[in-house]
Amino acid sequence: MAIRETRSDRVFSVVNIILLTILMLIVLYPLVFVISASFSNTASLAAGEVTLLPVRPNLNSYKAVFRDNKIWMGYRNTTFYTILYLAISLTATLVTAYPLSRRDCKGRNVIMVLYTFTMFFSGGIIPTYLVIKNLHMINTVWALVLPGCLSVTNLIITRTYYVNSIPYELQESAMIDGSSNLGTLLRIVLPLSKPIIAVMAVYYGVAMWNSYFSALMYLTDSAKWPLQLVLRDILLSNMITEVTDSTLYTPEQILLYEGMKYALVVVASLPVMCLYPFVQRFFVKGVMIGAIKG
Amino acid sequence: MLLIPSIVLYITFNYAPMYGVQIAFRNYSSKLGIVGSKWVGLKHFERFFRSYYASRLIFNTLGIGVYSLLAGFPIPIILAIMMNELRSLRYKKFIQTVTYIPHFLSTVVLVSLINAFMNPKTGLLNMFLIRLGQPSIYFMVEPQYFKSIYVWSGIWQNMGWDSIIYVAALAGIDPTFYEAGRVDGASRWQMLTHITIPCILPTATIMLILRCGHVMGVGFEKIFLMQNDLNMATSDVISTYVYRSGLLNAEYSFSAAVGLFNSVVNCVLLVVVNWITGRLGGTQIF
Repeated sequence: MAIRETRSDRVFSVVNIILLTILMLIVLYPLVFVISASFSNTASLAAGEVTLLPVRPNLNSYKAVFRDNKIWMGYRNTTFYTILYLAISLTATLVTAYPLSRRDCKGRNVIMVLYTFTMFFSGGIIPTYLVIKNLHMINTVWALVLPGCLSVTNLIITRTYYVNSIPYELQESAMIDGSSNLGTLLRIVLPLSKPIIAVMAVYYGVAMWNSYFSALMYLTDSAKWPLQLVLRDILLSNMITEVTDSTLYTPEQILLYEGMKYALVVVASLPVMCLYPFVQRFFVKGVMIGAIKG
Repeated sequence: MLLIPSIVLYITFNYAPMYGVQIAFRNYSSKLGIVGSKWVGLKHFERFFRSYYASRLIFNTLGIGVYSLLAGFPIPIILAIMMNELRSLRYKKFIQTVTYIPHFLSTVVLVSLINAFMNPKTGLLNMFLIRLGQPSIYFMVEPQYFKSIYVWSGIWQNMGWDSIIYVAALAGIDPTFYEAGRVDGASRWQMLTHITIPCILPTATIMLILRCGHVMGVGFEKIFLMQNDLNMATSDVISTYVYRSGLLNAEYSFSAAVGLFNSVVNCVLLVVVNWITGRLGGTQIF
C-alpha cells in the first residue's frame, strides 16, 4: 500500500484483532471442552478438574455409549431417513426448479408467489398434524420425509443457479434439435449443475440429520426413533430427576452418565463435523447464491 | 409437466393445512370431519384471550422474539465488518471456519450442552462461580435467566453463519471507494462509517425485514427442549402451548385458533415493517 498507516489506524487494527480473537475463543472453547471432557476420567470431570485438555484420558465414556443398543438403533434409523429424504428432496427440488427457471414457462410467477407465500404463512402444527393423520402417515417414515421435502428457500437458490449459470441458448438449441423438456433437464441442465446439487445435498442432509421435532410428533413407536430423539431421551428427559433425586442412581452411575453426555454429543455430531471441512465451501456458496435474490 | 409433483406436494402439505385452519372456528371432531363439525365462530379465540395464560404467552413470545432480534441482528453485522477489516486473509479464513461450526450442531445437542454447562454441581459455569467464591446457581430452573440463555446461546450458535451474507455484501463493495477515501486522507474508522456501513445497509434492511417476520415465530424446537416445569413462567410461548394443548390434550380446535392468531400477527408484522422501511426510503422485499 502506497500510503503509510497512521498511528490511529494501527491502534484500530490491533484492537480489531484482539476483539476478534476473543470472540473466536468464546466460540471455540465450549467445543474444545466437550471433546476433552468426553475423553477425561469421569471422576476428575465431576470434580471440575477438566478445563482445557483431557485429564487422565480414557475411553470409558465412549465404551458406555457404544454399549447402548438404543443409540445404534437411532443411528441406523437416522441414516436410513437421511438417505431416503435426500433422494426424494433432491429429485423434487432439481426437477421443480427447472420449469420455474425457464422464461417460456407460462404462469411460473404465479406458482412462485404461491410457493413463497407458504414461507410466511402456514396452517400451523395442528392442521398439519390432522392432514398427516388423515393420510394415514402417522408412525411411518413418510411423515418425516414428505412434508419438508421441497423447501422454498432451496427451490429459490436452485432456480437462481439455473437462471444465472446455464445459458438459455444452450437449452434452446437442444430443444431445436428435438430434445424434450425432461431430456433437456437430464442431458443439458443437470450435468452443468454439479455445484448446486452438492449444496442442496448438504443442506437437506444436515437438516434431516439434525431434526427431531417431526419425529416426536409423528413417530409413536420408539423403535423407529431417529438418533436425535434417542439423544433427547437420554440427555434431556431425566435432567431434573438426575439433580434432585440422587437416590435413584448410584454415585458411579451418575459419574458415568456425566462423561457419557459429552461422549454422546461427540458421537452424534461426528458425521456432520467430519463432512464439514469438505463441504464448507459449498455451504457458503449456497448462502451467496441465495443472497443474490435479495 | 414437470411441475405437477411439486404442486401436489404443496397442495397436500401446505395448502391443505391452511384449508384445515377453519377448524379454529369450529368444534372439530374427527368423526364429523372438517366441514361437518359445528361452526362456533370466534369462541376459541375468546376462550384464549380470557384465559389466565394469554397475556403470559404473548408477553413471553414477543419478549423472546424482540430480545433475539435486538441482540442477534447487529452482532453478525459487526462480526462481518471486523473480519473484513482484517489484513491477514488466512486468519480471517480461520475465524470464519471456527465460527461456522456451531451452526451444524443439532438443537438437541445444543440444549444438552447448555444443560451440561449450567449444571449446578458439575457444570462449567458454576465451577467458575464457585472458584470465584460465589454460590452456584441452577440457571435452567430460574425463570429470570431463561430468555438470556436462549438468546445468547442462539447468538453463539449462529453469529458466524449469519455473518456470511454480510461478508458477501462487503466483498462486493467497489474498491475504488476505499482508494478515493485513502487519497482524501480518511482514517480507517472514517472509511468504516462513511463507506462500509452505507454500502451494506440495503442488505441489512432486507435481513431485518425477514427477521421481523419471525419475531413471533420464535425457535419452537429449542424452547421446547429447554423448558421444564420450573422455568415455565418465562419459557412458555405460544407455539409450545399450542403443541401441549393440541397434541397432548387433543384440543384440536382451540390450539388451531391459538396457532392461527400467532401466524396472523407474524404476517401483519412482516407487512408493517416492510411498509415502514419502504416509507423511510429504504429497501423493500415486496
